[in-house]
Amino acid sequence: MLKYLFANEEDIPQGSTALFFAFSSIAWFIIGTGLGSFNAAKLAFPDFYHNVYWLQFGHMRQVHVHAVIFGWIAMAFAASMMYITPTLGNTKLWSEKLGVWNCLLYNVGLCLALALLWSGMTSGREYSDHIWPIDLYIAFVMVVPWALNVWMTVLNRRTQGIYTTNWFFAACMFMTIIVFLIGNLPEFFHLTGLNEAYMTWWFAHNILGLLITPVAAAITYYIIPKITGNPLYSHRVGHLHFWSIVVFYSTPAAHHLMSSPLPEWLKSFASVEGVLILVPAIAYVSNILLTMQGKWSMFIENIEVKFTITGVFLAIPLNMQGGFQQTRAINWYIHGTGWIVAHAHLALLGFSTFAEAAAVYYGIQVLLRRKLYSSSLANFHFWMLLIGFSLYWVSMTIAGLIQGAAKIYEVPYIDVVIAEHPYMIVRWLGGTMVFLGNIVWMFNMYMTATAGDHVPEGRQPAEVAYTR
Amino acid sequence: MAFREYKIGCMMFGVALSTSMFVTIFLPGLDISAIGSTEEALKKQLTYGWESGFNYYDPFLAGKDKPIKVTLTHDPVTGKKIDKVDAYVFKPGTHFPNGLTHENIMGKKVLALSNSRGHINQASEENGGVFLVDVDAASGTPYVEFATATKGWSVDATLKAADQQFLAGSGKTMFIREGCWWCHTLLPEETQDWQTFGRPPVTGDFNGESPTTFGSDRKAPDLLHVGSRNSSREWMTMHFFNPRLVQPHSIMPRYNYLWGKTDAKGNVIDRQKWDREFMAYNNGETAYPPEVPEPAPDSDARKLIDFVLNLK
Repeated sequence: MLKYLFANEEDIPQGSTALFFAFSSIAWFIIGTGLGSFNAAKLAFPDFYHNVYWLQFGHMRQVHVHAVIFGWIAMAFAASMMYITPTLGNTKLWSEKLGVWNCLLYNVGLCLALALLWSGMTSGREYSDHIWPIDLYIAFVMVVPWALNVWMTVLNRRTQGIYTTNWFFAACMFMTIIVFLIGNLPEFFHLTGLNEAYMTWWFAHNILGLLITPVAAAITYYIIPKITGNPLYSHRVGHLHFWSIVVFYSTPAAHHLMSSPLPEWLKSFASVEGVLILVPAIAYVSNILLTMQGKWSMFIENIEVKFTITGVFLAIPLNMQGGFQQTRAINWYIHGTGWIVAHAHLALLGFSTFAEAAAVYYGIQVLLRRKLYSSSLANFHFWMLLIGFSLYWVSMTIAGLIQGAAKIYEVPYIDVVIAEHPYMIVRWLGGTMVFLGNIVWMFNMYMTATAGDHVPEGRQPAEVAYTR
Repeated sequence: MAFREYKIGCMMFGVALSTSMFVTIFLPGLDISAIGSTEEALKKQLTYGWESGFNYYDPFLAGKDKPIKVTLTHDPVTGKKIDKVDAYVFKPGTHFPNGLTHENIMGKKVLALSNSRGHINQASEENGGVFLVDVDAASGTPYVEFATATKGWSVDATLKAADQQFLAGSGKTMFIREGCWWCHTLLPEETQDWQTFGRPPVTGDFNGESPTTFGSDRKAPDLLHVGSRNSSREWMTMHFFNPRLVQPHSIMPRYNYLWGKTDAKGNVIDRQKWDREFMAYNNGETAYPPEVPEPAPDSDARKLIDFVLNLK
C-alpha cells in the first residue's frame, strides 16, 4: 500500500484504501482482543505477571478499549465506507490517494495514542481518555479526511437517489466530528465538576449511539440485499430508523449517570428518550429480517450472511437491554456492575463486530475478485467469536446480577469479589477464544488475498462455490 | 449541487441535531452551572489544585503543581495552641483550582463571602499562600479564607508548624494515572449505597474538580469515604504493596512499583526477594509475611496513600 502514497491518483487501483483499512482493522482486532484477554486474565488471577510495571491492569485497561474501538470498530467502518459508498453511488472513491494517506496516518496516530495511554498520560475521562493534542489529531487527521472522502463520493455519485446505507454513512461521519469536538470541550476549555462529568458521558453515549450502532446497521442494509439479491424490505422503514436515531438517540446521554446528582429533570428526560431507542431498533431489525424472506438458506450457507444476521439477532437483546436497563426502576440494580460491561460487549463485540466482520469478509473478496480461501476456517472463526462472546456476555451478566444483589443485602464487598471469581475465569476464556479466532481470521484473509480462487468478471463472490 | 433533492432532509437533520444539543448540552449546562460550590467542593478544589489529568504543567502525570494539605494545632505565626484545622498550602507558582479563578464555579454567595471575609482577591499564583475553608455560622454558606492575608500565615511557617502533611493533590494524579478509578468508584449511588459506602455527593460537591473520575465500572468498594471507614496508614501501606497480605481474596493489582527504588530509610527494595519470602509465607513455611518497606516521603506510593486516607 505504501507505494501508492506518492503515486498519481489515476495509477492507484480502486479499492486500495478499503483493503488497507480492512487488513489494518483485522490486525487491530487481534491486538485489541489480545489485550482484552490479558486484562481479563489479570482480573481472574491478579498475580499473573505482577512485577512488570508496563503490564499493570490500570495502564492496560483503557488501551484495550481504544484499540478495539478506534482500531477494529472504526477502521472496519472506514474499510466498509471506502468500498460501499462508491459502489452505491455507481462511481469511484473520491480520492484513493487521500484514503491511503488517511489510513497510514490513522495507524500511526493510533499507535501513538495508545502508547501515550499505556504510559499513563490520560485526561482521566472514560472513553475520551486521550489527551487533547491526540483528540485534535484524531478529529482532524484521522476522521475529517475519512469523512471528506465519504461526503465527496456521495456528492459525485452517478445515481439519482441516495441509498439508505449512504445516508447513514454521510450523516454519521458528520455527527461523529461534531460529537468528537463538542464532547472533548471539557478538556479544550478546562470545564470542571458535573459539567465535565456530564459532557464525558455525553461524548461516550453519542459516539456509540451516533457512530457505532448506526454505521453497523447501515452496513447490514448493504450486505443483506447485495448478497441475497432481495431488495430492502422497506425504504420507508429505513427512513423511520434513520430519523428516530437522529431525534431520539442523540438525547439520552444522562442515563449513564442515573445515580449521580445531576438535575432530576435531565435524568427523567434521558430515561424516557432512552426507552425510545426501541423505535429505531424494532424498525431496523424487522426491516433486515424481512429482507431475508425466501433466502434463509443463505444464513447457513453463506459466511457473510451468517455473520450479518447473527449480528442482527444480537441487536434484539442489545436494544431490549439498552431501552429498559436505564430506567430508574432497573438502573439502580445494575448500574456500575458487570451487567453494563456485558452490555457494552454485546453492542461492540456482539452486534457491531458481527456486522463489520461480514463487511470485511465481503469487501476483501469483492475488491480482490478472489473467493474466500476457506469456508471451514471462516466457520471456525464464526463459532470462536460467537461462543467466546456468549461466554463473556453470559458470565458478566451473571456477575452483574450478583453485584446487584449485593447492593441490596449490603454484604462486605470482598464476598462479591469471591462470588464473581468463577465468572471472571469464564470471561477470560471467552475473550481468549475471540482472540484466537481472530488470528485464524487474519490467516484466512491473507490466504484469500494470495491464493483465493478468482471470481470471474461480472460475478458475485456468493455465486462461486467454496472449495475448502 | 447534487444534494438539491435532499435539501429538506438536510435542513431537518440540522434542526433535529441542534435541538437535541440545545436540550442535552445547553440547558443542563445552564442548570448545573447555576449551583454554587458546597463546602465539600471548596475542600476538594483546594486539596487537588488545578486539573489532575494531563495538563501543561504536569504532562506526564507525575503529581507536580499540586498544593499540600496540612493539619494544624498551633498557629504558625504565634505558636499558640488553636483548634485543629485543615489548611491548604500553595507554594509560589502552584496553579490555583478553577474555582478560585472563575467566578461562576464558586457561586455568587460563596464568592462574595470569600472576597469580603476571606480576602481571596489578594491571592496570586506567583506568591502562593495558605487557604482555609470556613462556614458562615449565620447563613451556613461556606467560603474560602486566604489565611496569608487574614492571619499572616506564610507558606514556610505553615509547613513548619504542620502536624501532618498530606500530598493528596499529587495523590489524585496517581489515582488517575494508575487507573484506580477503573475499579474503585468515587460515587456512592443515591439509591442504595448509604449504608455501605456513606453519603452520596450532592450537585455542588463537584464544582471546580477536574476530572471527577467517579468511575462507572465498580469491581471494588467505593472509596469516596474510605478514610472514614479505615484510617490506618499501616493497613493502606500493606494493602498497596500487596493486597493479598491483608485480604487474601482481593483481585487488586500490587502497586509495589509505586515505592520506587528505595524505601524511607534509603534501603534498596528487592521485590524478587520479597516475593520469595511472601510465597514461603503463603505456603505455610514461615509464620509471618515479609515486612513491607515504608514508602519514601516523596514516593508515588506515599502520595497515593495520602490521597486515599484523605477521602473522608
